[in-house]
Order: sequence, then structure tokens, then C-alpha cells
Amino acid sequence: MSAPLLQVRGLRVAFAGLEVVHGIDFELAAGERLALVGESGSGKTVSALSLLRLLPEAEVGGSALLQGRDLLRLSERELRGVRGDEVACIFQEPMTALNPLYTVGNQIGEILTLKKGLSARQAEARIVELLAATGMPEPERRARAYPHQLSGGQRQRAMIAMALASEPRLLIADEPTTALDASLRTQMLELLGTLQQRLGMALLLITHDLHLVRQFADRVLVLERGHLVEQGPVAQVFEQAQHPYTRKLLGSRPQRTFGPQPPPEAPPVLRARQLAVAYEVPRPGLAGWFKRGRFEAVRGVEFELPPGRTLGVVGESGSGKSTLALAALGLLRHQGELQIMGEAWGESGMGPARANTPRLRRLRRQVQVVFQDPFSSLSPRMNIEQIVGEGLLVHEPHLSVPQRRARVLQALREVGLLPESGPQAELLRWLQRYPHEFSGGQRQRIAIARALIVQPRLLVLDEPTSALDVTVQQQVLELLLRLQREHNLSYLLITHDLDVIWALAHQVLVLQGGAVVEQGSAEQVLQLPQHPYTQSLVQACAPLCPRTEP
Amino acid sequence: MSVLTEAPASATPLPPALSPGRLAWRRFRRHRLGFYSLILFGLLFVLSLGAELIANDRPLLARYGGQLHAPLLHNPPETAFGGDFETPTDFHDPFIQRQFEQPGNWALFPPIRFHHSSINYFAPEPHPSGPSASNWLGTDDRGRDVAARLLYGFRLSVLFALALTAVGVLLGVLAGAIQGYYGGRVDLVGQRFIEVWGSMPELYLLIIFSALFEPGLLLLLVLLSLFGWMGLSDYVRAEFLRNRQLDYVRAARAMGLSNWQIMRRHILPNSLTPVVTFLPFRMSAAILALTALDFLGLGVPPGTPSLGELLAQGKNNLDAWWISLGTFAVLVLTLLLLTFMGDALRDALDPRKVQR
Repeated sequence: MSAPLLQVRGLRVAFAGLEVVHGIDFELAAGERLALVGESGSGKTVSALSLLRLLPEAEVGGSALLQGRDLLRLSERELRGVRGDEVACIFQEPMTALNPLYTVGNQIGEILTLKKGLSARQAEARIVELLAATGMPEPERRARAYPHQLSGGQRQRAMIAMALASEPRLLIADEPTTALDASLRTQMLELLGTLQQRLGMALLLITHDLHLVRQFADRVLVLERGHLVEQGPVAQVFEQAQHPYTRKLLGSRPQRTFGPQPPPEAPPVLRARQLAVAYEVPRPGLAGWFKRGRFEAVRGVEFELPPGRTLGVVGESGSGKSTLALAALGLLRHQGELQIMGEAWGESGMGPARANTPRLRRLRRQVQVVFQDPFSSLSPRMNIEQIVGEGLLVHEPHLSVPQRRARVLQALREVGLLPESGPQAELLRWLQRYPHEFSGGQRQRIAIARALIVQPRLLVLDEPTSALDVTVQQQVLELLLRLQREHNLSYLLITHDLDVIWALAHQVLVLQGGAVVEQGSAEQVLQLPQHPYTQSLVQACAPLCPRTEP
Repeated sequence: MSVLTEAPASATPLPPALSPGRLAWRRFRRHRLGFYSLILFGLLFVLSLGAELIANDRPLLARYGGQLHAPLLHNPPETAFGGDFETPTDFHDPFIQRQFEQPGNWALFPPIRFHHSSINYFAPEPHPSGPSASNWLGTDDRGRDVAARLLYGFRLSVLFALALTAVGVLLGVLAGAIQGYYGGRVDLVGQRFIEVWGSMPELYLLIIFSALFEPGLLLLLVLLSLFGWMGLSDYVRAEFLRNRQLDYVRAARAMGLSNWQIMRRHILPNSLTPVVTFLPFRMSAAILALTALDFLGLGVPPGTPSLGELLAQGKNNLDAWWISLGTFAVLVLTLLLLTFMGDALRDALDPRKVQR
């Protein structure tokens, strides 16, 4: 192997005096695919972005030689020559990484004219070429499209085209597939792989997903809290992981811990018959001024969810699965029948100007929810006691303050956030904390405690673990399983992640474009998928997830 | 935000919990200029609230003939101090002053021995007269003490601004909250109403109304508040529109909270950042508005101590530099302090700085 393209020595990054990356060393050869793996907070993104000094508030130490030039010592002016020219970046969220006010072609053309010195006409031809190379359908038309007119996958392709416009020697891809659906993920990785080979550039892939790495990278670096704990060829790391942290990451994929179970002989907790949800949407053009169009987000859904069981709803973004969740919560107007414990939501409770009748309040108590994003699901201005105890204020207003506090403590213990015993003063101080003082997994536990405290029969879980790190995800799934056993809870589990379905669900319902395409027991649907769409979903995930019976 | 803190609460003692509000207050305190501005402004305001104790033509306490009087609270007739008339005592009268120089009698005067309305009949020069030992900042064209009028004028301006800001915030938050929370048709109608209402010529209305009605502070307050809420309601509406679709609001709905509870407990506290940030700037805008109206003669009734009226006097008596200079200094100081406070508040509530 010749001299490495990039040689990083003793890289340290600190924010406001607090060091988050503690001196890491690595090398990257030309044309190599290197993966930087770690959980959130491990410093993987920070280390990669600080190479280009893209974090204005970071204090960066050490050296990073790119073909003999130290990136960390270059002047800001020289560095601008390197950025986007020799080293390009792809970011996680293509919606925010593209400027919404310019067409895609415009943004790619900017790089071509600035960095490559092409004329406007030459650039135009090259833009279409680049977009075509990323597999964008109808590249001429897409070049004139604005980011919001593209789908998620197309935006990511545009981002890649933009990064490749300057023919970089090194491409830094920061979680390039996290925001995409499963089936798009593999496509996007394959695309990156072929482009990388054709252009002979080196690729630094930042990800939290170890299984992505196995598919894709040559070598892997594992970061834990700013320390490089393991590095080596992918095969070696996966076969014989040396460091306990790596082993923990590898072993933290959700497992199914129960076998097929016959449905219990009990009336269903949640029952849907010919359920349909439609939105009013503005029509395009002048007609939209006078008449509104209708968009059917969900139609013809039928299922029964018995007590103590989990119904997994799978589908990609836009398939209507979140709409289904909101309808089950009684927050959306719907047609057809949707019954909680034999009682229908009815018309009166829907819409923004809801009547808050005693009947609806009683019904709402039966159905609670845990959302995906642990950061937006807790009000930042309320402390834990207020957040968790609020349900009691509504549903059991007769409780005194100490009684309510005891219930809050009990709920928090139940979700494993508080120890079983401890000095009273210490526990009370926990109750006074605010959400920003907790980690993602802890916040998710608080959200579960908030739902559990009113003793619901049904919990709607809207992507409960997809914003969490793998090890935390595992813990939350175990918690959910335990709670289901202990309280005979029913779960309506909404997710795009088949692993989570496999770990939790008894029955599965596959949604595509608002309609159910397949429905059945988890074993049946995931192991012998019938519908081509389900097959493609399972296949997109199959190389990553060999399903084994417990 | 680390993974390894996943374990349940450890036995190590915790630092006291910090609410977002307290964190913001901490950042505000770290902003020296803003924090000291707040202290100075508060001090000046409290002092001006006790203006009667600082600038008054009556003594705070007086002892005459073995009897203790508090003329500040109850002014006895001159006869109580050896005068001939049953009229309230004028303590600037040389006769009364001589009475108190007699042994056994004394009077405790405030530092400025003029009320904002009292005229100095004993000034050595014609009015407006320049700064002297008795009138520190001179007198205005009617012989009233400028320092006293500035003090009372400052108090009036700040109180008026506080009232106007409070009413404006209340109306603005209410209108914005309702529009933002309900959205849809309510929002549409509200926005159109605001557009129509906002295009009304405020100044002409003020002129018309000041001709129709007896001019007074209450009228001004009502008229200015009718228009003062609109800027704020837009911000509150935007915050409500954003916050109402966040997951914690959905969770609260699923919990069965009423609309009013959701608005008050969940959305409002998270939507107050623009409101709080703009408070000092709204205050200074209110002070400026009152000053401008008084300057034009459309504001408070004649005789009321007001900064705008003093500025107008300064304009009419250019050679009496003490009037315009003093008023100018008070206005600049007030507005500057408010602006510094606003800057610090904006920094303290900057969401980008919350992360650190």
C-alpha cells in the first residue's frame, strides 16, 4: 500500500474546554472504504467534521495530513480550496442540507463553476451527466426541480451528485442512509459503492449501524465516548471483536424471545372495521381556491387486537402508518369503525375544536401513546413530576399531592428510571429535573411512565426506538416486553424497522399507500411473505437480519 | 447525552435541578451590561415611585410649637405655623421659613424642595431660569423645577409603558394563541382582521379622538393598546402553530386534556420566548410613543409632568439649554438601559445557546 491519502494523528476536539474526542489516530488509503462506528455521543461525527474544521466552536488539536498537507494547520482560505474540492461531504438529512430556494441543478452548477471553472453551458451538460450517474430518473427535468419537489431518495441522490461534482479524493458520508426507508437504503449504498469504485475516491462512512458497515466497508473504526477502542478489517472485527464495547454493539440487535402464541379468548381491546382516514388537501391551480381535494391516507383497514398482544404495523414513510396511529388515539376524524374496548370514538371527539366530554375522557384513558422523538415528546418547560403526574390531574383529580407523588415515583420505578429504594430527598430531587437533563433512552422511559400512570389498556407505540442507539433500543424493547407481561397491555406498534417488529409483535399488518397488502402472524408474514411488496421489504432487510426462532 | 448514563439513578448526590427559566436567568446574569442595566433601571424606577419623598414643596416632617406635623400627608393651614390665613401652608413663603428658624421648631425637607407643579415665585431671574442652588436643573418657562418634573415625568413614562406593555402582551398573546392553536378558518379570519386593523392610520385616529374626548392618560392607553398588540400576536401565533403539532401536545391530547389546559400548560410556556425577548423593546417603544405624542401636544393633559412636554418646551426655549439637555439625558438613559436589557435577554433566551 502506498502512502495513505489521509493520516490523522492524535486528533482531539473540545467544546468550550470540554474534550469530547480524546486523541484518535487513523489512516485512510486512496480508494479505501473506511467506516467510523459508534453510538450518539461517541464523537464520530465531530471527529470527521472537525477534519474540515466545519465546527466553528470546536477547538481541534492534533494533525490530519491530507497528501502531506495538514488540514488543521491550513488557513481558512486554503481550507476553502480543500472543502468541496478534494474532500466533499454528504449529510444525513438531505432536506436540510440542500438550499430550498435554489434548484438542484443550480446548486450543483455552483460547484462546477466555482471549483472546476466551467462555463455556464458546460456546467449544464455536466449537471445532467452527474445526476444521471447517481441513477436519478429524468435527470434533465430533475435538474430544474427544487428540493421540495423531490422524494427523499432523489434528494439524497442530488446530494451525492453535488458531492461528486468536484471529483473529490475523499468523500465523507455522515449517516447517509439513516433518513431513508429500508429498501432505499440498500440502493443508496450500492450506488455509493459503484461510484466510489468508478471514481477511485476514498470514502469515510460515519454510521451507528454496524450491519451497514458489514455490507459496505473495508475497514472499521469503533469509537466509544471519544476513544478509538477498536479498528481493523471488517471481517476481523465482526468475527473476533476484541473490545467489550464492540461486542456489545454487535450483540445488541433485537431478538425475539417468545414463540408463536394463539390469540387469547377475550374480546379485542382495539377493533377496526373498514377504517378510512381522509385529509382535505388544497388542489393545484385556481380550482384549489374554490374546492378542496381529498387525500385518502388510510383505507379499508380491518384488524382486531386482543389484550396482551402486539400488532405491528409496517410500512415505509407515506404509507399511512402514523395516520393509523393518530386515528387509534382518537385524534383524527375517520370513517368506518374503530372501537376501544367495544366503544367507538365517534364523531364528536375529533377535529381541533374537540368536545371534552366525560365519555371521551374515559376513553382517552384507555389509549395512551409513546412517540418516536424523545426530544419533542416531553414539554421542555415542565419537570418530570409535572409531566408524569399530569394524567392523574385529569383522570384522578381526587388524589392529594403526596398520593400523586407516590404514584409518579411508582411509575418511574416501573420503567426503571429510578432505583427501587433510596433516600426520599434524593428521589424528590429526581422529580424536579427537566427533560433536557436526561438522555434519549431516559426520556423515552419518562414518556412510557407518563403513558402508564393512567393505567391504559392499549399503548400506541409510534416508532418507539428508532431515534435511540442500538444498545438503548435493546433496553427499551425489553422494558416494553416486561410491561406487556406484567400489565397485560396491548401494543399497536408502528415502525419501519422489521427487527423491532420481530422482537415485539405477535401479528403484523403491512401497509402500502394507505391500504393493507398483507396481514397475519409475525412468523407467517416475516418468514413467508406473500405479497411482492412485503417480499421486497423483507429482502431489503434480509442480508442484515437472519431471523431465527428463539 | 451519553449512552452509559442509561443505568438507573445512582447513589451519587445530584446537583439541584435547573429549570429552563432558571438557566436563562443564569445566562442573563452572566451578561454584565444587561444585568447592571436591569439593576440600575430597577433602582431608578423604585426611587421614582417614591418621588413625593424626593421632590416636594412640603417638608416630610415638621415640628412647630412642640407639635409634630407630617405636612406631606396632611398639609395644615398656615395658622398652625403662626400665619394669618386659613389657606394651606406655602413652605416657600419667607415668613413660614423664618418661623421654622426659631429655636425648638424644625422641618425636614426632601432633597428637591419643589413639587412638579409648584412654581418658584422667589426665583432671582425671569423664567425659564438657569440652574441654581434652589433649582438644580433650572426652571421651565412657567417657573416649575425641571429636576422635579423630570423625576415625575420619568415615573409617569415608565408606569405608562408598563401598563401599555402589559395590556399589549395580554391582548397579543391571547389573539396569537387562539389563531395559532385553532388554525384553519379562525386563523384566516384573524389574520385578515389584523391586516385591516393594522392599516388604520393610528396617528390620525389619535388626533381625532383627542379632539372628541377630554385628553387623558386612560384614553391614550386605550387608543395605543388598540394597535399595540398586533406585532406580538404574529410571533405568538407562529410559535403556537409550530408547537401545537409537536409530540408532547399530541400526547397531552391523547391524555384527555382540554384545549384550554393544553394551551396554558403545554404550549404557552414554550411560546413565550419572543414575548419575553421583546418586553424591553416594547417598553422603550411605549415610552417613545408617549413622548412623541406629548411633544406634539396630543398626549397627556396640560400640567401633567411629561418628558415630551419638556422636550417641546426645550424646543420653544432654545436658549434654556438646561431643559432640553436634562430631558434628553433622562430619555437617552432610559432607552439605553432598556435596550441593554433587551440585548441581554435576547442572548439569554437564544435557543442555540441552550445546548451548551
